[in-house]
Amino acid sequence: MSTIDKDTVKHVAMLSRLALDDSEIAAYSRQLASILTYISKLNELDTKDTPPTSHALRTLKNVFRKDSTKPSLSVEEALKNAPAKEGGFFKVPQVIEGK
Amino acid sequence: MENLHSLTAHELKELMASSPVEPSKILGDVLKRVDALDGKIRAFALVNRDGARKACASAKGGGRLSGIPVLMKDNICVAGEETTCASRILKGFKPPYDATVTRKLKEDGAVLIGKANMDEFAFGSSCETSCYGATRNPWDLDRIPGGSSGGSAAAVAADETIVALGSDTGGSIRQPAALCGVVGMKPTYGRVSRYGLIAFASSLDQIGPITKDVKDASLLLGVIAGHDEMDSTSVDLPVPDYTKSLTKDIKGVRVGVPKEYFVKGIDREVEDSVKKAIGVLKDLGAEVIDISLPHTGYAVSTYYIIGPAEASSNLARFDGVQYGLRDSTAKDIIGMYTRTRSEGFGDEAKRRILLGTYCLSAGYYDAYYLKALKVRTKIREDFDNAFKSCDCIVTPTSPTPAFRIGEKTDDPIAMYLSDVYTIPANLAGLPAMSIPCGFSSGGLPVGLQIMAKPFDEEMIFRVAYAFEQSTDFHKKRPRL
Amino acid sequence: MEKSAKPPRKGSAKPTRKGTNYETVIGLEVHLQLKTNSKVFCGCATTFGKAPNSQTCPVCLGFPGSLPVLNEAAFLLAVKVALALNCKIQDLIKFDRKNYYYPDLPKNFQISQYDMPLSYDGFIDIGSESSFSRKRIRIKRVHLEEDAGKLIHPPEGGCSLVDFNRTGIPLLEIVTEPDINSPQEAYDYLTRLKSILEYLRVSDCDMEKGSLRCDANISVRPAGDNALGTKVELKNMNTFKGVRLGLEYEVKRQVSLVSDGERIVQETRLWDADKSVTISMRSKEEAKDYRYFPEPDLVPFVVDKSVVEKIKSGLPELPEAKAKRFIKDFGLSEYDAGVITGQIDIADYFEECARSHGNRKTIANWIMGDIMAYLNTKNMPITAFGLAPAALVSLLKMIDSGSISGKMAKDVLAEAIETKAKPEDIVARKGLAQISDSGKLEEAVKAVLARNEKSVNDYKSGKKNALAFLVGQIMKETKGAANPVMVNEILKRNLGE
Repeated sequence: MSTIDKDTVKHVAMLSRLALDDSEIAAYSRQLASILTYISKLNELDTKDTPPTSHALRTLKNVFRKDSTKPSLSVEEALKNAPAKEGGFFKVPQVIEGK
Repeated sequence: MENLHSLTAHELKELMASSPVEPSKILGDVLKRVDALDGKIRAFALVNRDGARKACASAKGGGRLSGIPVLMKDNICVAGEETTCASRILKGFKPPYDATVTRKLKEDGAVLIGKANMDEFAFGSSCETSCYGATRNPWDLDRIPGGSSGGSAAAVAADETIVALGSDTGGSIRQPAALCGVVGMKPTYGRVSRYGLIAFASSLDQIGPITKDVKDASLLLGVIAGHDEMDSTSVDLPVPDYTKSLTKDIKGVRVGVPKEYFVKGIDREVEDSVKKAIGVLKDLGAEVIDISLPHTGYAVSTYYIIGPAEASSNLARFDGVQYGLRDSTAKDIIGMYTRTRSEGFGDEAKRRILLGTYCLSAGYYDAYYLKALKVRTKIREDFDNAFKSCDCIVTPTSPTPAFRIGEKTDDPIAMYLSDVYTIPANLAGLPAMSIPCGFSSGGLPVGLQIMAKPFDEEMIFRVAYAFEQSTDFHKKRPRL
Repeated sequence: MEKSAKPPRKGSAKPTRKGTNYETVIGLEVHLQLKTNSKVFCGCATTFGKAPNSQTCPVCLGFPGSLPVLNEAAFLLAVKVALALNCKIQDLIKFDRKNYYYPDLPKNFQISQYDMPLSYDGFIDIGSESSFSRKRIRIKRVHLEEDAGKLIHPPEGGCSLVDFNRTGIPLLEIVTEPDINSPQEAYDYLTRLKSILEYLRVSDCDMEKGSLRCDANISVRPAGDNALGTKVELKNMNTFKGVRLGLEYEVKRQVSLVSDGERIVQETRLWDADKSVTISMRSKEEAKDYRYFPEPDLVPFVVDKSVVEKIKSGLPELPEAKAKRFIKDFGLSEYDAGVITGQIDIADYFEECARSHGNRKTIANWIMGDIMAYLNTKNMPITAFGLAPAALVSLLKMIDSGSISGKMAKDVLAEAIETKAKPEDIVARKGLAQISDSGKLEEAVKAVLARNEKSVNDYKSGKKNALAFLVGQIMKETKGAANPVMVNEILKRNLGE
């Protein structure tokens, strides 16, 4: 039976930028635990020598585009859906610099 | 002519050619039907009357689907039209560009009539997680239509559109098609461009047709398939004329039946319908072979790691910066992110994002994500082996007919197991179709799934058409 | 603690109060924008300085439903750089998603490379070959990724503004092993790297425009220790000099802490060029967990061995090879060759001159001296320099033949740059031709000697500086045009030596 403790759920929530209240954390802990238990079925299989499949199209390689320019969106089109904008920029709450 | 909405695309094309039936008349009948029924069914997220009327006026007539009303699932971008994936977080978003399939349909002269309801971000098998409310199954309005392309399938079943497009990541075209008694196909991964499809799981998603019969599916796939330079995962192979596969001749075709698909959990009536259908194929001259796909039981677990993992990354962009919902009360950027996303995403979306993030996070990547990618190889190898001895594989599409609204919403795993038969084709990238093959004693549709080798959609069309034309399940309509 | 037995490397060991020498360990991470017409995954232009959000599209804006397609030219340029840096090209190359949230990152993930990057195991040698400071800096990897957008913070505060023009510009990440042991070595590495990159013509390499950026990882440890100390990431150094200053400050700060017995906090610090200090960034809310996984929207890439060979053999002559050749073919000193070949355009300028004028040392001196000084004050590249190689050569030929003096030549140079007139024409027009006629000079010398008996006697009685006085008088007599070498000869003869 997998368990996933509340601190882990809080941490994962932060990594995914989700704000969860206590009852949500409790609920998700339970649900995720049962899902993870089900998923851990995969451990029945020995995959030591099995290569992973990231792409369904096994043989497709080297897909490129030529280095030529195409028309961009107009500034207006780019910003059309923006919840907040100013002078051609997207506007967000003040960010203190540093990643 | 009355009730044009009840015809198929190929029947309407014949009518338009032989008699003066205008696209606007067809559209008119369809919209009347939508107005009459959609209050109950809720297949539509958006009806675009003006756009559709304009398209009718300029429909040139040359294309395979010109003048034919088409409903697009709400995760496929149509320029200037609200595209929300049935999520509050994308409310109001109008993409400045068309998806490639949208562009192809427009160039063909098809009449796009609006956006179909769906599970939020395609997360679901019942169409209950939509922010617009659940879509109902036209065969029984207390039941789910299946998901996530529930709106597309219900609309086709109820004649609220002539044809529709859905998307399929773990069965989201095939399962609702089965539950609604219509035809639904997931093409081979890479056959249809994903450019403009709002991504759920990039390595599994495909757009495909949902139609009233196999011939319509062959027409629609012919329009949307093909290489796209905007999609690195789209394959540069010529698109055959799929209608040429509609020969009704399947003599000598080797049909594989995997034993792992007929184990505990399958509804008895579903099993009976499917076994009868296999009998029909045998009568038509096909050779039925028992095969084994030994890793079938691990497909759901594999999918529920890969899908949520990729989804957690694909959905990270919904943060209030450039489009969609933004919580403007937040004073700092992190607050804006977390509040926007917490308000904008529904419960299932949050669950999958958390699950996916967890499976990718430091310390868990090898145990979950990498492990899943390896089991995916084994599942694919099962099919590679099976196709050495058969030309197609036939199974039930869904373990049960449509269940009641609310029946599985409290039990995520029970919901996930609805996809047990459809998921393997996504993991292996294979083409697969569901066609109607019977009814439960309660009058609910049952679907038969046909899978084939990569890029062998022609085999599927051949077998499906032969079956369809020797039965009349495709002619049945729900009483509405 | 014992003092290390070997002589301390320049700038690295620092005697402390406790008598311990500390060794500095530095790794550098350079990000380089590649000069392609279009962005790495879409067809938007890459021009610098355009109006905000005017060079964007659904792909580089990360709009829902958009997909990346790799720019072939960016890929091949990346291979070119990797080979020039002596790296091995990966057999199977793939891209990965680096997941983190930031407003300048539209998808909140960056398409980058994680465990199967484009190339690995390369190196650059710094210092000239025969010098004590010669050293090999190993390059861990060179990989390709997409650039992010730009955040602007209005001074009045209250909000930040985002411009996505820069998003999607192809970026090369060049990471060294922690082989660098002093801020000066870091500076030398960056200078050598930039030189090579300019030779390849793959980038503007302009730190001011942001086409070249550098971050550092730095730790200290007692000299002789094998274990690495706690490393600090240093960012926001916007010039090579800033890198050196930032690292110098950090070394001092870390050594001071460690020798007091205190711990170094593993963190990211920013270099503040105005205050000349490094400052800690606000504490991060989480350790960086980028949740790398293979990018499903891009297929893998294979570079055929024949393509690798073709690119390798097509590489231009690189700085070290060119320097060696200049030493061999043109007899330059190691030092001169190093300076001249530091920049490709200067090397090309020199070589064009050297092919038509045998006095290469003079050419080198003029370039390294007057010309580079002029270019530096004007902040001008030699490609915009107003004096073509042929013109410089004719000027130097006039000096060698004696028709003008070296001093005059400097004036002619200045005027030639200004007016773009030919040096011969300027000399003729101004009558600057040096007097090298021995007859005329003989006359001048005799005239001066006749007028300055006292000085002549002073010189003959042992006052050597009287000679300089006499030479000065001769120059005055000839209005500065006398050929000084000949004057010296004639004067000495006339003084009876």
